[in-house]
Amino acid sequence: MASVRVLVGTRKGAFVLTSDERRQNWKVDGPHFAGWEVYHVNGSPADPDRLYASQSRGWFGQVLQRSNDGGATWEAAGNEFKYDGTPGTHKWYDNTDHPWEFARVWHLEPSLNDPDTVYAGVEDAALFKSVDAGKTWEELPSLRTHQTAPSWAPGAGGLCLHTIILDPKTPDRIFTAISSAGAFRSDDAGKTWKAINKGLHSQYIPDPDAEVGHCVHRLAMHPSRPNTLFMQKHWDVMRTDDAGDTWHEISGNLPTDFGFAIDVHSHEPETVYVVPITSDSDHFVPDGKLRVYRSRTGGNEWEALTKGLPQENCYVNVLRDAMAVDSLDKCGVYFGTSGGQVYASADAGDSWNPIVRDLPAVLSVQVQTLA
Amino acid sequence: MIRVVLPANLRTLASVGREVELEVGGPVTQRTVLDALEAEYPMLRGTIRDQTTKRRRSLLRFFACEEDLSDESPDAPLPDQVIAGREPFLIIGAIAGG
Repeated sequence: MASVRVLVGTRKGAFVLTSDERRQNWKVDGPHFAGWEVYHVNGSPADPDRLYASQSRGWFGQVLQRSNDGGATWEAAGNEFKYDGTPGTHKWYDNTDHPWEFARVWHLEPSLNDPDTVYAGVEDAALFKSVDAGKTWEELPSLRTHQTAPSWAPGAGGLCLHTIILDPKTPDRIFTAISSAGAFRSDDAGKTWKAINKGLHSQYIPDPDAEVGHCVHRLAMHPSRPNTLFMQKHWDVMRTDDAGDTWHEISGNLPTDFGFAIDVHSHEPETVYVVPITSDSDHFVPDGKLRVYRSRTGGNEWEALTKGLPQENCYVNVLRDAMAVDSLDKCGVYFGTSGGQVYASADAGDSWNPIVRDLPAVLSVQVQTLA
Repeated sequence: MIRVVLPANLRTLASVGREVELEVGGPVTQRTVLDALEAEYPMLRGTIRDQTTKRRRSLLRFFACEEDLSDESPDAPLPDQVIAGREPFLIIGAIAGG
């Protein structure tokens, strides 16, 4: 029987939630790294028992953890993230030049075929790679030294590289997204990068159609259609069908198009999920109702999914890395909230149940479908 | 033996109790104590001082014998009481009120 492992990063540790394929009864294991912020936990597609976790605290900096047994035990891996060469500067909130400074790892993306190879997206924005299971890390510097990089400025959450997508059909193609610089694509395994923000329109920057400066919150891809990407931008839900060369808006009838998380059904490339959030000043769901919105048409036409979710007095947020899907026959959808709930749907979003209700604020949710 | 007291989060990380004991060869300074600590517990590298510059992380303080040694030279000898093992070298996470 297949099973599911949900990897949850929170403000105060990591949790591993497991269930069989019915996804009704869950075992909750944790907290791992209690008291530390865990921005992301992710597993290798090539070896699901190989997990990587980003553990950090303001006092003690960054720690990188590795597990070889699906999260039962962990060992500290390498945590030296040193920018290549002289880092230079980016813009600060007041438009002054600010030196590039490493703060933390936001996102870990293991290679699709080698469990010892893993990418790390960090703040201040840069992409690192390890080929020895996280023991050592080397920057792929041409993203941070992109010609536009000196003009990048942080969003409210920092100048973070939060999304890394590896193209399953074109092995040298990598997509990344940075708040608040935008989306970037490499077609040569990270040697060179192209800003892919044409069609984005952001009224909060001096030139709303600028090449960079857009606050991209999240990208999502269905592996069968790697040229199609879905984007939750600061405001606007967007879509590209040419690998990011051009984007168009698909916000349609959403109650608000601000949000963080976005993901794609594991078997239906045109079925997309978002969690609308009230606004950039009110980081909670609209009208006190926690609603996932699903489009079965690749955007524009959205339906609210509410069964099992609180529909009154709810004021939680769902962060960018806190939604994921499994690949069981009936696609499972999962998300975690700032209130510490992790919700699961075993029927593609039609109905929801909380796996846990009272974790620390959830930063990330990743799902592994195990044979 | 040099006694070192770690803050709670680092005890968990290193899987040790409140205090660890270290053999430190040569002069006993902040630098040599931290070198010995990181050699014994490599998972602590980067959590107390920067791995490249070796500068103390800004939200940590170093105390011993009721003195704040945080701003002393890392190469200054630690107090005799610490060298003799009668007092610990304390690594403290900065604490704010409120």
